[in-house]
Amino acid sequence: MIKLLEHIGRYFIMLQKTFGKFTKSSVLRKLVVREIDDLIIGSLGIVAFISFFVGGVVAIQTAINSDNPLLPKYLVGYATRQSIILEFAPTFISIIMAGKVGSFITSSIGTMRVTEQIDALEVMGVNTYNYLIFPKIAAMTLYPFIIVISMFLGIFGGYVACITGGFSAHADFVEGLQLDFNAFHVTYAFIKTFLFAMLLATIPSYHGYFMKGGALGVGKASTTSFVWTSVAIILMNSFVTNFLLT
Amino acid sequence: MIEINNLKKSFGETEVLKGVSTVFEQGKTNLIIGQSGSGKTVFLKCILGLHQASEGEISYNQNPLSQMTEKERSLLRQDMGMVFQGSALFDSMTVEENVMFPMKMFTEAAADEIRERANIAIKRVNLIDANAKLPSEISGGMQKRVAIARAIIMNPNYLFCDEPNSGLDPKTAILIDNLIQEITQEYQITTVINSHDMNSVMEIGEKIIFLKDGEKKWEGSNKEIFKTDNEAVTNFVYSSELFKKVRKVYLEESE
Repeated sequence: MIKLLEHIGRYFIMLQKTFGKFTKSSVLRKLVVREIDDLIIGSLGIVAFISFFVGGVVAIQTAINSDNPLLPKYLVGYATRQSIILEFAPTFISIIMAGKVGSFITSSIGTMRVTEQIDALEVMGVNTYNYLIFPKIAAMTLYPFIIVISMFLGIFGGYVACITGGFSAHADFVEGLQLDFNAFHVTYAFIKTFLFAMLLATIPSYHGYFMKGGALGVGKASTTSFVWTSVAIILMNSFVTNFLLT
Repeated sequence: MIEINNLKKSFGETEVLKGVSTVFEQGKTNLIIGQSGSGKTVFLKCILGLHQASEGEISYNQNPLSQMTEKERSLLRQDMGMVFQGSALFDSMTVEENVMFPMKMFTEAAADEIRERANIAIKRVNLIDANAKLPSEISGGMQKRVAIARAIIMNPNYLFCDEPNSGLDPKTAILIDNLIQEITQEYQITTVINSHDMNSVMEIGEKIIFLKDGEKKWEGSNKEIFKTDNEAVTNFVYSSELFKKVRKVYLEESE
């Protein structure tokens, strides 16, 4: 328990130092652009692929499990929209990103620690927290755009699966999509997406920055980082849902 | 000049440095030698300010490190160059970008001027046709040269090297040693080298301090190390038959 509190304390001190002495703006700008490329653009492919096919599976499962004639035909479209906007796109994709983006962040910072690159920056007088972590936080502010794409492709995947598989008619599916639309659900999804983005940028950075050991330590830190980022996302999801939707 | 007075450093219950005092002089290659675990790296990291000393004082040109403000420390760091054991080059940057990095970070100089200065430093360490290469595409010896070029681009007053010969073949190791000594004399830098390479000790050790179990056991020059009777030093430096013979020949010739 004391160890956990020590980690939490060190994590918040790290955040404070990240927003301390800023790196020269011309250097920082380039770092942010590079992180956007690595963390955001580099994740689009896997997010698009997973969203499209999982969206399709969600729609098919809903259709198969709701074949009671008393249930309205628009239910498939409605259930697909709700599950993708409320949970699949923000939460499920964030857990996947904890593996993809999180392990990339931990291993890249961890490797810099092992190869003394962080020490080299410190000797030069660079605020290594700001230099290494701030660009990742800045890049991850664009993470909601990934989730927008995920939402769109998830619903589109559901639509394609239903139409091509004969599980629902076009008009029924579209009716379900438009039924009882509550714009606050989208707001809620983006609030939690933004919070997840901050967790995705900072928890893996913490594990990379404070890792110990050699190459094996980098692998171990990446695994630990994935576990703790996932735990933090699930807890945050539970907290935000309780706070905003109940 | 760097003055170290009664430096102590502990990690928990373990006392790694037990009151080391010495002076590292300007324009000289100062070597810290000792067995693995003797406290060399901790000593160097304390001097660099990467470790906070538990007790004692480190002064740069009579300015105590402990009394410096954060801004003064930051300025001091820009006056230091460091060559790490594994070179510590930024692997996502080319050789030229690595060398340009400190100037890009800390000066307002124009891009052309920075590039020109970087190329002077690259030329000074005798690197040819390597500017556009990544660190992973060049040899260990070349990486060390890039690290030296990066360390000297800001014209520092202090140069620190942590085992600069580690992992290099004997010929390249001598070239790197000579390069460091030339640069030290040319720019009148205070150079501190952490080493357990006996060739370096004999070749460039203008001032040598020997650490054992966190204590300074001996201090002198590469000439004096041949004549010393200090048992701890002779056991360490002349542990191989080759160096025992070298010492014997040297002493015979000097008589």
